[in-house]
Amino acid sequence: MKILIALVTTLVLAGAAVFYTVHAAGRDVVVVPVDPAAVDLTTPGRLVFRNEAAGPDQGAVASVSLDDPAGPRRLSSLRCGRFAVSAGTGLCLADAPGPLPSAVALVVDARLAEINRTAVAGVPNRARLSPDGALAAWTTFVTGDSYSTPGSFSTRAAMLDRRDGQLASNIEGIVLRVAGERHSAEDLNYWGVTFAADNRTFYATVSTGGRTYLVRGDFDTWQAETLRENAECPSLSPDGTRVAFKKRVQQDGARPWREHVLDLATMKETPLAETRSIDDQVAWLDDRTLAYALPGDGRTDIWTVRADGSGSPRLLVPHASSPALSASAGA
Amino acid sequence: MYIASARRTDLAVPKTGTGRVAANVVALGVVSLVTDISSEMVTAVLPLYLVLGLGFSPLQFGLLDGLYSGVTAFVRIAGGNLADRFQRRKLVAGIGYGVSAVAKLGLLAAGSSAAALGLVLAADRTGKGLRTAPRDALISLSSEPSALGRAFGVHRAMDTVGAFLGPLVAFGLLWTVAGGYDAVFFTSFCFAVLGVVLLVLFVRDKREAVPAKAAVSMRAAVGLLRDRSLRRVCLWAVALGLVTVGDGFVFLLLQSRLEIPAAYVALLPLGTAGVYLLLAVPIGLVADRVGRWRMFLCGHLALLLAYAALLGAVDGFLLLGFVVLAHGAFYAATDGVLMAAAGPLVPSALRTSGLAVLQTGQAVARLCSSVLFGALWTGFGQGVAIGCAVGGLGLVVVLAFARPLREVP
Repeated sequence: MKILIALVTTLVLAGAAVFYTVHAAGRDVVVVPVDPAAVDLTTPGRLVFRNEAAGPDQGAVASVSLDDPAGPRRLSSLRCGRFAVSAGTGLCLADAPGPLPSAVALVVDARLAEINRTAVAGVPNRARLSPDGALAAWTTFVTGDSYSTPGSFSTRAAMLDRRDGQLASNIEGIVLRVAGERHSAEDLNYWGVTFAADNRTFYATVSTGGRTYLVRGDFDTWQAETLRENAECPSLSPDGTRVAFKKRVQQDGARPWREHVLDLATMKETPLAETRSIDDQVAWLDDRTLAYALPGDGRTDIWTVRADGSGSPRLLVPHASSPALSASAGA
Repeated sequence: MYIASARRTDLAVPKTGTGRVAANVVALGVVSLVTDISSEMVTAVLPLYLVLGLGFSPLQFGLLDGLYSGVTAFVRIAGGNLADRFQRRKLVAGIGYGVSAVAKLGLLAAGSSAAALGLVLAADRTGKGLRTAPRDALISLSSEPSALGRAFGVHRAMDTVGAFLGPLVAFGLLWTVAGGYDAVFFTSFCFAVLGVVLLVLFVRDKREAVPAKAAVSMRAAVGLLRDRSLRRVCLWAVALGLVTVGDGFVFLLLQSRLEIPAAYVALLPLGTAGVYLLLAVPIGLVADRVGRWRMFLCGHLALLLAYAALLGAVDGFLLLGFVVLAHGAFYAATDGVLMAAAGPLVPSALRTSGLAVLQTGQAVARLCSSVLFGALWTGFGQGVAIGCAVGGLGLVVVLAFARPLREVP
């Protein structure tokens, strides 16, 4: 009798799980206007992003016209957690389904066809290409291999030189100077890389000893130096004179950041008109305008704000994240 | 013989268990297997869900993750004590399994609210804290005292099978339904409910006459430590816990020594779990013969050997194989074996409380150890931290071997 009850329960529960799974794909669909044309990374004047509208196309790379950003979006079949675009090349950081939690970094051409594939560990977090697409960098965050306290995490930043195919799967080994002093430590974590047009200079965040710094690195000599403290996820402006970054303005709280722009010549920082906490590596739409994703209320949208601290934030693309310009930067 | 045949247990039982493993132990093993599938499904996809699904920052994930480790210690002792007071071990374990099952639905209901998710995860951990001690008490009370090592070995092996299957089921589902985290949580809930149903149907409670209130009060539970042999087991377990660095350290060092591609690092814990699974029963059988406390110490010796290998004793595939083997053997020789060693030292009326005190002491010691190790690593560098860990473990293991817990009745 007991065995019968157990069998029936098992069958009922298995049925419920299968029923739920089969119907999971079709629920909570957010309908957005769709343009049936294909996504092309070389079409000028379009914003490329990750589609966040709940439904079968969530996570797909999509694009909208910058003239009508809330209008119909073109959808691709490429799914990414994070997507970057430079000069008609795309970098897709996606979680790879399989028996193990892992990710892949895909370099794709203008039609989103795969050119290069790298297996990566961890959860996709940031992706960037240099302005001409020669250098690629991505960050994943990894739980489970942190050596210290429970609840801590570590990040891994990787760089790929597409000219010779060389991969640095973890840039922790770079020669680092903190405030001029040679620094080596076991607790180094890098994230949020952004490249300059010379395919040599890059900026990133490093954390060590409980502090975070903005670093400037040299890809050729494999050295890096800190520029200032408390500046995360830098994004270099198209003219190369400023970086937008998130600054921690509160010690506690889960979203403690305020987005700022730093003038690299004067090292003067300007807070932006967006006062909500941004946890993103923002994109420059031109030398005066920024775009960024902002999650909240179970949805994520792309917003835009002026880079000089004036004006007020404006919703750009609903149900979208990971913004990037389709035309080459600075165009 | 060591503490395996302690004073209070029935000395008339045969020296080694030759009969079958008790049906109750197998039933508890099946419940644990199914429940572990459920909980490991969630553990496997939680970072992905929070960061990719909900857009949380890694910082937020850290805050959430840290929240639930502190909750369990108190709940464990209080729950163990209640189970003893009313002699309702199956009920308390069932409540623990039930709370965790409901928490899986809570994950669906919490949506993207960080506060709600934190509460749900804390509830899940509370359920785990509640059920562990009564479950282990039931295993020890259902088995012949002479075959406890084998009984716990069988249970832990079945438990580990579930831990293996959980991530496979979860990632299989995510592969079928892209972004289908809710399907993972719902399926996990179904497994958890099945675990509760199997517990209710097939696990028999071990009840004795409800004792006088004073005999099983919180004070009585703590008073168990007045017993010299149990106190020594607890003290040594805590001392060894303090010098046992978390698994992450072993895998991190292994990865950096062998330059394993990052994408394959996730396979290392599976290797350890595989060895644990295969060795749990044989080591439990051997422990029943040579003494469980001695086996518990040998387990730490295996860990010490793994550390030594990591520091440069061997290299290449030999290093990989040796470390995974030694690390898995460490788990097989310590986790269930300690419960088998301590069980007979606690009067059966207070069995749950006694095991809860021991488990809590060990858990707190390991938490302190990982915090301390992290601080040493950050403050003085890798070399000092590893040196302290290896030196500390070596010292405590030698001291523990030098002062065996010889309990001659």
